[in-house]
Amino acid sequence: MSTPQVTDVDIAAAGDSAGVGQAMGDYFRRIKGGDVGSLPAVLGLIVLVVIFSVLEGNTFFTALNFANLLNQGTAIIVLAMGLVFVLLLGEIDLSAGFAAGTCAAVLAVTLTKWGWAWPLALVAALITGLVIGLLIGLLVARLGIPSFVVTLAAFLGLQGVMLLIIGDGGTIPVQSDVLLAIMNKNMPVWAGWLLWLIVTAGYALVSLRAIMNRRKVGLPSTSTSVWAAKVLSIAVLLGVAVFLLNQQRQIVRPGKVACVKLGPPNEPLGCIPVIQGVPWAVLVVLVLLVVLTFVLGRTAFGRHIYAVGGNSEAARRAGISVSGIKIACFMICSFLAAIAGVLLASRDNSVSPTTGGAQTLLYAVGAAVIGGTSLFGGRGRVMDAIIGGLVVAVIANGLPLITQQSGIQYVVTGLVLLVAASVDALSRKRSSGSLR
Amino acid sequence: MMIGTQPLLELKGVNKSFGPVHVLRGVDLSVYAGQVTALVGDNGAGKSTLIKGIAGIHSFDSGEYLFEGKPVSISEPKQANALGIEVVYQDLALCDNLDVVHNMFLGREESKGIVLDEITMERRATETLASLSVRTLKSIRQQVSSLSGGQRQTVAIARAVLWNSKLVILDEPTAALGVAQTEQVLNLVRRLADSGLGVVLISHNMNDVLQVADNIACLYLGQLAAQIPASDVGHGQIVELITMGRSGDIGLNPEVLAAGGHA
Repeated sequence: MSTPQVTDVDIAAAGDSAGVGQAMGDYFRRIKGGDVGSLPAVLGLIVLVVIFSVLEGNTFFTALNFANLLNQGTAIIVLAMGLVFVLLLGEIDLSAGFAAGTCAAVLAVTLTKWGWAWPLALVAALITGLVIGLLIGLLVARLGIPSFVVTLAAFLGLQGVMLLIIGDGGTIPVQSDVLLAIMNKNMPVWAGWLLWLIVTAGYALVSLRAIMNRRKVGLPSTSTSVWAAKVLSIAVLLGVAVFLLNQQRQIVRPGKVACVKLGPPNEPLGCIPVIQGVPWAVLVVLVLLVVLTFVLGRTAFGRHIYAVGGNSEAARRAGISVSGIKIACFMICSFLAAIAGVLLASRDNSVSPTTGGAQTLLYAVGAAVIGGTSLFGGRGRVMDAIIGGLVVAVIANGLPLITQQSGIQYVVTGLVLLVAASVDALSRKRSSGSLR
Repeated sequence: MMIGTQPLLELKGVNKSFGPVHVLRGVDLSVYAGQVTALVGDNGAGKSTLIKGIAGIHSFDSGEYLFEGKPVSISEPKQANALGIEVVYQDLALCDNLDVVHNMFLGREESKGIVLDEITMERRATETLASLSVRTLKSIRQQVSSLSGGQRQTVAIARAVLWNSKLVILDEPTAALGVAQTEQVLNLVRRLADSGLGVVLISHNMNDVLQVADNIACLYLGQLAAQIPASDVGHGQIVELITMGRSGDIGLNPEVLAAGGHA
């Protein structure tokens, strides 16, 4: 522009939000416009928790079960985080479950059979994930085979690769205290509270700094009251979770006492070791959440992922390497699958041909979609995987308490996924139909 | 509007063939800064081929391509962008799931290190929209999916202007718009030229052309029938030039036409 003459422009003024009331109003307008985000999942989560607590409160709403639930959900959540990247492109990865299994098998074999140190075995497993993702990505992006077909082939193929790696033995134990600790050990009580403080304060400071920077240059920004409300709700939610996890949750049988010290010398007779604290796995999920959210929301790479998912032709014309983005996303997905595989191996203390099989993948896809990530591409967040993963975990954990019939459990889980996909399809219809 | 002595863009005798099909035959075109040059012609006359050649999507087979008086050779879009040439295609190429700012900076994001510099981008986007006197957007942070057709066109044009562009080529910007929105977009096109840019407007709508264009270049079967000041011609004459390649004294030589357009 040679002569930028500023006439009356009310762009800036219109975007200013006055306070919590206005923010709520904006939010409801967005929902009406079809952008429902994680709302259905959060509501569903609350409803499910209430239902299970009313029906089976004694077993469901306990500190022990809460920790169990997190343990069951962690691998699904990590897998779903990876799937978010692929779903954002409007693609699918059906092989992620067995990619997790294959990487877990690599971990177990290098660790136990070949006697590698655990860091080396871990790196080998993660690299296996990257290679799987690279191959899938190349086939999808360069050859143009639909991802459904490529990953279906990988789904079958990796199952075989896994069997070949594991060999005739059937199950390989994972012998590494560090790796086993991830899913089986908890943080000390003080560390749980420190983590709470770091996460809450970190969120508060980062978001406040963003607001201040915008104010400084006179751009519209979130009001301080909205910011305070957000920080407060995060502090309370996480605080409750940490508090619950810091309760002692060992099952004390009649005639036995709990003890803090472990080890045979100073263990009183009939002593049951104390279990309390935030599982280490939670830290893994939190770190992944922060890193991946940063990548998606704050970097050009993340922006390009959304662009390719929204309109790949527009992205191509804007000079974005569409195939590069696709390959990268499949690699991220399989890399996270590898992490999920390590978590599964850690949880089960071993790797077997069923690791990462059965419903693992469908639960993970379900988690991402239930959380609010669109199957049509272009819409989704890493946080969706956590919220959706919790919904799936609550169902998988709560239903067996109510009914032993696994038929009902499958049907209910299937229905929940279907409802989530319907919400996704309807909101897409709504947003494309509005104001055109 | 005074015509500058030197055209911003000047094509001299460009040719382009796709296999046996000779699409452009010795086309001359001059685009001046501060003017709207309408490019008209029937379907298949070569308009798209011509602008794709200017934009670097494919290069011309022969002929001269002068930009600001200097001969240039352009074989890919990035070279055209570097000169300050931007094209707004008919399908706009916007991402519905991103907001206005994200779309305007798509593929050319500002960052500090690896972190996107949202503040700089938002300010520059706001300034650009302000300089175009755009007042139809409620918020610059709203998703493009919630915008009307005219607003989308505005965003696409603003994106083209953002990069200190000198020449903006608009491919049928009003084709899918209602009356009020067409008016808004045409006003915007006029303002682009008035602020000193060279504008090439492709359109099938003669009313639009006569409303905003300073001069009109008419293609007929791959040849330039005439490039004439808009004030010299009326609606009927342009239609004759488009359909027959000749109207009264202006247009292609009758002998050329008699030979079936083959010079």
